[in-house]
This record gives sequence, structure tokens and C-alpha cells, in this order.
Amino acid sequence: MSSAAATAPPADELPGVRLDRLPLLLLPALALAALPFIGSLSTWVTLTVAGLAMGMIIFIIASGLTLVFGLMDVLNFGHGVFIALGAYLAVSVLGAMTGFTASESLVLNLLAVLPAMLAAMAVAGAVGFAFERVIIRPVYGQHLKQIMITMGGMIVGEELIKVIWGPQTIPLPLPAAFRGSLLLGEAAVEKYRLIAVVIGLAVFAAMFWVLSRTKVGLLIRAGVQDREMVESLGYRIRRLFVGVFVAGSALAGLGGVMWGLYQQNVTPQMGAQVNVLIFIVIIIGGLGSVGGCFIGALLVGLLANYTGFLVPKVALFSNILLMVLVLLWRPQGIYPVAKR
Amino acid sequence: MTLSRVLSGDLPRNRILTALLIAIVAGLALAPFVFPGAKALNVAAKICIFIVLVASFDLLLGYTGIVSFAHTMFFGIGAYGVAIALTRLGPSWGAVGAGIAAALALSLGLSLVIGLFSLRVKAIFYAMITLAVASAFQTLASQLSEITGGEDGLTFKVPELLSPGFSLAEQPFLGVSVDGKLISYYLLFAVTVALFLVMLRIVNSPFGRVLQAIRENDFRAEALGYRTVIYRTISNVLSAGFATLAGALLALWLRYNGPDTSLSFDIMIDILLMVVIGGMGTLYGAVIGASLFVIAQNYLQDLMKLASDAAAGIPLLPDLMHPDRWLLWLGILFVLSVYHFPAGIVGRLRGKK
Repeated sequence: MSSAAATAPPADELPGVRLDRLPLLLLPALALAALPFIGSLSTWVTLTVAGLAMGMIIFIIASGLTLVFGLMDVLNFGHGVFIALGAYLAVSVLGAMTGFTASESLVLNLLAVLPAMLAAMAVAGAVGFAFERVIIRPVYGQHLKQIMITMGGMIVGEELIKVIWGPQTIPLPLPAAFRGSLLLGEAAVEKYRLIAVVIGLAVFAAMFWVLSRTKVGLLIRAGVQDREMVESLGYRIRRLFVGVFVAGSALAGLGGVMWGLYQQNVTPQMGAQVNVLIFIVIIIGGLGSVGGCFIGALLVGLLANYTGFLVPKVALFSNILLMVLVLLWRPQGIYPVAKR
Repeated sequence: MTLSRVLSGDLPRNRILTALLIAIVAGLALAPFVFPGAKALNVAAKICIFIVLVASFDLLLGYTGIVSFAHTMFFGIGAYGVAIALTRLGPSWGAVGAGIAAALALSLGLSLVIGLFSLRVKAIFYAMITLAVASAFQTLASQLSEITGGEDGLTFKVPELLSPGFSLAEQPFLGVSVDGKLISYYLLFAVTVALFLVMLRIVNSPFGRVLQAIRENDFRAEALGYRTVIYRTISNVLSAGFATLAGALLALWLRYNGPDTSLSFDIMIDILLMVVIGGMGTLYGAVIGASLFVIAQNYLQDLMKLASDAAAGIPLLPDLMHPDRWLLWLGILFVLSVYHFPAGIVGRLRGKK
């Protein structure tokens, strides 16, 4: 084996794998189906952008979790801690840069938000590294213990956040230039949601590129399919896994910043709350599948916003409803990962 | 031996454990007389309720090896059943019975459906599904505010015999007035003992052995001819039933029920901690875990306050010792116990002999 990349055929003619296009149609189908119920086109645009933004943020948070599960069969119930951590770091960083965030200039705002995001990713990644070492490594392959131990990590993490930042809810106002809405024709679209969509797409594109066009990505995908085979070819999948775990935690940190700005406040419990949402998303997507996770996240985001507008009471249960429907259709999720 | 029969042949099998258990049972049995004060009685009642709840969770987690995060849902159904029935039908024993019956029916049906749908798949999947269902149920309970009282919950009157105003005897008995509170406590205690013994009977029956076989190796259990899905589902339904009864006891004791007292995810985490710290796969672990946890919950904070005050001036340490951060220390204890003594306190004691 000189190089896995060299022996792989060009990506556009991969043998044997047929792209399953049906789930891709779900998104436009859902969006179009909602249009007649909503009635007004401008409202529909507003809701769709809002839903996509929410979905993108959820995707950023959930993608790491689903990869970690796919690669190492580890389900991290403590993932929520990294989300909360990211959001709290945003509070600290943005709080220290009020001069930049209060300014109307988009550039200055970005100069404040970017360091916040980088700090959140760096710290969440570092904590993820330690978390993997201390909490998860001793219990590989033991599901029951994993669930409990990561839950324990979650409890301790949440309490430590309370120790550092205090137990109260802290407001996290949007930087000045992110507030308000743009008018696209008749439709008002909140600026921050547009930004969220852009960042989400960028993350998705970067992730897609890494996974499908680099050797590391190839190894990760191969590891998700068959870990032992990759190991027997001489690759250290453990090391790869640590990398994926750290990257996943960093993404959760980034997602935490965005989720915090989206909610405009942070609480120590936010990790546990978002956890439920992202579990639903990765179940819908098929545990271990990044593409499924992306579609699942967008479906959840869109449906939450549509139902929130049409029948607010149902919106609280729209996720569960969606999960049940998807599982009735495909019991292993949208894109089942082969070996499970 | 009669004692052995009562305990279904599952004796503590360790001197220290026996002593601890006797101390706990004696403490609970005599709580109103030995530990005066409303707070102490409340703690004792809470221990009783949590013993039933944690033991029922252990039936699922420790004996069958299923992780469910929907256990507080069934606890909440029981509590809401009694609360709603007593609010609607007035304080009578018939209402209590109707509430418990309705709650049991709902719990058993729901657990059957969840079990049949999702117990076929892996443990992880079940854990996630139950988490989602439980959070949806909690939202549902707070949304249906006409029935459940929403976030405020329901405050209601209990049958006269149990209400604090009721007095059985003019003269205090051994310095304790014989009022409704005392009667409720002893009712609670008696029901707890009965339910615990029933659960002990279940786990030590041939059925319980099959559950343990499934926990150890479900593939092999299936190969031996046991329909594991059915056993798992029955275990799920039984555990939900006992949790519902524990919830009913909670509502009767508090004369109040709201989402935070019975449905919240915090309670789910508490139960998980109690089971693991006490010892999974043995119902005595539930007794030890619940007692230790509830006592820590109520008295560790006082201790930590002292430590926090003592550490004042040192950076970070007072925050770590802050009384509200008691869960941090129990969380660390939980993580350590999953690693180093996965069988919990009871397993540790029994292992030593």
C-alpha cells in the first residue's frame, strides 16, 4: 500500500456506490409543501432562511458527534458541554471587546466575532482532547459505560461552567451590525441568519472537501465503513479518531458561539437542551453519516420554523414527529451507514 | 429461614452492608421519633420514594442492561395521575385509586409501545430515543396547563386521614403528635417496603435470572431460546410501573406536583447517579445509593458551606466549594465509580467479603 489516495479511482466515478438522491429531494419538497399553507411568499422566504440558518447551526454542532460515533462507535452524551463552553467563551470574548461589538461597522464586528469563534474552537478542541483522554478512552467498546461516563462528564462540565461563569443566564447580544433585517423584495431576512447560513455552508463545504478530497478524509470515511480493515492496512485509527474528536469538539464550540448568538443568551443548561436536538438530528440522518446529518439538520430547522409559524403548539414536537416519520420510512435513518 | 424467604433468598451477604441496611431501615422506620423536625421527616420520605424509584430503574439498567432516560417520565405520570385526580375529583381515597390506576395504565401502555418500537435496536439508540421522548413529554406536560397546571404545577388536598390538620390522638405519642403527616409517612414507608420486597422477588425469580442473562450476553440468551425482545419489554414495562407508583407516593407526600418536582431531567440524572454509586445490578444498591444521595443533597451543602467559608480568600476554591456546587462533587464521584468500582458501593462491599 503506497498510498490509499493513489489507488482510489477518481471521486466522480467511484464504483459500486450509487448516490441516493431521494433524501436530497426532501428539502425542496418540504419547503414547497409549506408554501401553500403559509400563503404569503415573503413570509415563506423569511421562514425558509430562518429555518436554513437554524439547520446550519445544528449541523455544525451535530456533524462532529455523528462522525465520532461512526468512526469509533462512541456516542458522546457530553457533546453538549462543548456547545455550552463555546457559547460562554463567546460571552467572555465579546464582553471584553464591547468597543468593537457596539460599533456599527461590520468589519469591527467581525473582528470581535472571529476571535470569539477561534477562541471557542481552540478551547473546546483542547478540552475535547482532554475529555477523550480522561473520560472516553478507558471505556472503548463498552456502550453502557460510555453512555454513563459521558453523561457524568456532562454533569461535571456543566457544574464547572457554573463555577467559572456563575449559574445565571447571561445575555449575549448580537454585535450591532448583525442586528436588524435586510429586505429582499417583500421579505425581511434577519442579517444574523444570513451570516449563519454563510458560515454553515462554509463549514459544510470545508468538511465535504476534507472528507471527499483528502487522504485524511478518505481514511475517516473508510474507518466509518470498516475500522478493522483500515487498521490492518497499517493506519493508526486511534490517532485519527483523536483528531476527529478534537475537530468535532471544536465544531461544537463554534456551533455554541453561533447558537448563543442565535438565542442571544447563554445558560449552563443549554448544552443539555441542545443535546436532545442534535441526537434527533443524527438519528434522522443515520448514525455516522455526515450527509444525512446535514439533511436532517436542515429538515429539523425548516420544520421547526414552519410549524412555529403555522401551529406554534405543534412546533415543540415537530422534531419528534419528524424523527418518527423518517424512522418509519428508513428505520436506520436517511443514510444508513452500512455496517450498522 | 423466614427472613431469607422475605428477602427472596437475596441476603446482603456482607457484614458491613447488613449493618448499613439495618441502620437505614431502622432510621427510616423510626425517623419521626429519632430525628425530630419537618426537614428530617421530609428527607426520610424522600429517601423512601427514591428507593422505590431507583430500584425500579435498577431493574432496567442494572439487571437488564438497558439505559433509559425516560424513567422520570413514568415517575411524572404517576405523580400527575394522583395530582390531577385529586384536583378534579376532590380529596377522597377513590380519587387516589383512580389517579393511580389511570397513571399505571398510561405508563404501562406507553412503556410497552416504546419498548416494542425501540428495544430491538442497540442500547445507544434506545438511550437517545428515550431522551427525546422524555423531553417531548416534559414539554407536553407544561403546555397542557389546563390539566397539569403548566409550570406552576398543581397543589391539591389529600384524603383527610393524610392531611396535616388531621389528628388521630389528642395526646402526643412518645413526644410526637399523631397527625396526618405521621400517618402519611408510615403509609409511605409501608408501601416502600412492600414494593421493594416485590421487586426483590421479581429479580430473584427465574424471570429475573433471564434478565441478567440478557444483560451479560443477549445473543447467548437468545440462543438458549429466550425471546429477548419480550423479556426486555416486560422488564421495561415493570420498571415503568414501579416508577409510576413511586411518583404517586411523591405526589401524596408533597400534596403538590409540578414539572420540576417529578419530570425534570435533573431528577433523571440524580437517579442515574444513585444507581451507579449505590451499585448496579443489586437492589440493595438502590437503598444505599438513594439514602446516601438524598442525605448528601440535603446535608452536604451545609458541610460545603463550612468548607467554602473556611477557604475564603483562596482563589477558585470557595467557588468550587460553594454549596450549590454539590452536584459537581457527586458527578466526579460518579465518574470515578464507573471506572474504579463499577459495581458501586454494594458490589465493593460484597466483593470484599
